[in-house]
Amino acid sequence: MNRRQPVFLFSVLAFGYAFLYVPLISVMVYSFNDSRLATVWGGFSTRWYGELLHNEEVLEAAWLSLRIAAVSATLATVFGTMIALALVRFGRFRGRTLLSGMVTSPLVMPEVITGLSLLLLFVSLQKFLGWPAQRGFGTITIAHTTFALAYVTVIVQSRLKAMDISLEEAAMDLGCRPLRIVFDITLPLIAPAMIAGWLLAFTLSLDDLVIASFVSGPGGSTLPMLIFSKVKLGVTPDINALATLIIVLVTAGVALAWWFGRRGSTQS
Amino acid sequence: MQKSADMRWQKVTVALPYIWLLLFFLAPFLIVFQISFSDPVIGLPPFTPTVDDNGNWLATLDNYRFLLTDKLYGLSYLKSLMTAATATVFCLLLGFPMAYAIARAGPGLRNLFLLLIILPFWISFLLRVYAWMGLMNTYGVINNLLLWAGLIDQPLQLMYTDLAVYIGLVYSYLPFMILPVYATLERLDNDLVDAAMDLGANPWRAFRDITWPLARPGVIAGCLLVFIPAIGEYVIPYLLGGPESLMIGRVLFDEFFVNRDWPLASAVAIVLLLLLVVPIMFLQRQSADDEVTQ
Repeated sequence: MNRRQPVFLFSVLAFGYAFLYVPLISVMVYSFNDSRLATVWGGFSTRWYGELLHNEEVLEAAWLSLRIAAVSATLATVFGTMIALALVRFGRFRGRTLLSGMVTSPLVMPEVITGLSLLLLFVSLQKFLGWPAQRGFGTITIAHTTFALAYVTVIVQSRLKAMDISLEEAAMDLGCRPLRIVFDITLPLIAPAMIAGWLLAFTLSLDDLVIASFVSGPGGSTLPMLIFSKVKLGVTPDINALATLIIVLVTAGVALAWWFGRRGSTQS
Repeated sequence: MQKSADMRWQKVTVALPYIWLLLFFLAPFLIVFQISFSDPVIGLPPFTPTVDDNGNWLATLDNYRFLLTDKLYGLSYLKSLMTAATATVFCLLLGFPMAYAIARAGPGLRNLFLLLIILPFWISFLLRVYAWMGLMNTYGVINNLLLWAGLIDQPLQLMYTDLAVYIGLVYSYLPFMILPVYATLERLDNDLVDAAMDLGANPWRAFRDITWPLARPGVIAGCLLVFIPAIGEYVIPYLLGGPESLMIGRVLFDEFFVNRDWPLASAVAIVLLLLLVVPIMFLQRQSADDEVTQ
């Protein structure tokens, strides 16, 4: 083939990866900068990590975010799996079109609209029912569950479609009850997709700023909301340290998942 | 009897998420739609009811009229569309060759390359945008490097420009372009290209007549996946853009939180949704087509 092509493709690839990773590496380097001024190198130091770990506000926000992410990811996985089962295995039922429309719309809905509409719902509910009395953990969890379950549904749905249906049919022929087929055969087989969906929902929840800003109330600051309020004023060294911690944690997690995935695929 | 237990179980499986979505997805939109016909008042909640206690109709089109007459809103919608379109073009220019190169790499390397594309996606979106602030500041990494190299005498204004918004958008949405394009290119049979070349087509012609048409579904999906969310983007124009980069997501946010004009914010949202309906329908038809061909 054309000899120039690989050179061109290689340089684009190198440029692309540099574009993706240079900003992250730069943040990590500057997190060890002793100077309070983010632009001047003042020598190596780990003081910002120390300050970060003693910052009550940051720790509280991180704990709130983790709790919301865990609960909403779990709810989203349960609902998303139910919807995927209904859409793929139940054939035609009344309201199927509306269900599949409602479940895919959040994927493309601008966050500002999702946030605004849910807040207006919560305000109306509070006016007529007195619930939710205050906005925070509960309302953010509901909002995150709603938009994350769309992602879980898509992932589980594609796994269900790719799955060999003959195992379920064989169990049915042997007289197995439908509910037992789901728990003994279907769910174990789609478990990897459910785990992937849970992880994605967890990450999306931890990531969300805009929707949480709408549906949260006073005192309910998630970690992204706290970071945003600091970052608005410019580059700060303790956020560099926080970013570095998150980058390292995520990279380690993804690398581990990749390694296990590779081991699993070479064994089978 | 067993049949009825089965049916009951299926009903619950459908009904539970159904109720959740009706309550927390569909109902909120109807409320937004309703409030977009109210008048703002000072109070809690800060809008008038659209129907009074005697059942009289109080709905007003004032908010929509205001959106049409005040130039700010029209310009913001236009600016959002233009910015999203520009970012989509740059994503494609960078993303297509990258996806192509990854699809042509060996199988082991390919997985590693893909992992490196997805990895930044798992790191907080906000922190990735923030990383660019450190690079593009007046005395940030880029300016310091250029000054040190003697290429410029004075720091360039990078932050708070349209360029910064484009960079932020391309950076954040690049994986959404690469992954669908890669998915179509990976399925592409390389023998077709080889055959075309054997028959005397030059590489450009082989690309134009074979690779590009076959990759088009992935390209369209990737473009829509970048374009649609970029229109309503709030964080990137807020952090990286200048005061004149009034994208509609930011206008909606400010209308709601700064001016506390909930009805107007709702009207802005409804018009934004109407604008998005066309590309979203396009995207859903595209994925439906994909299912058929698979």
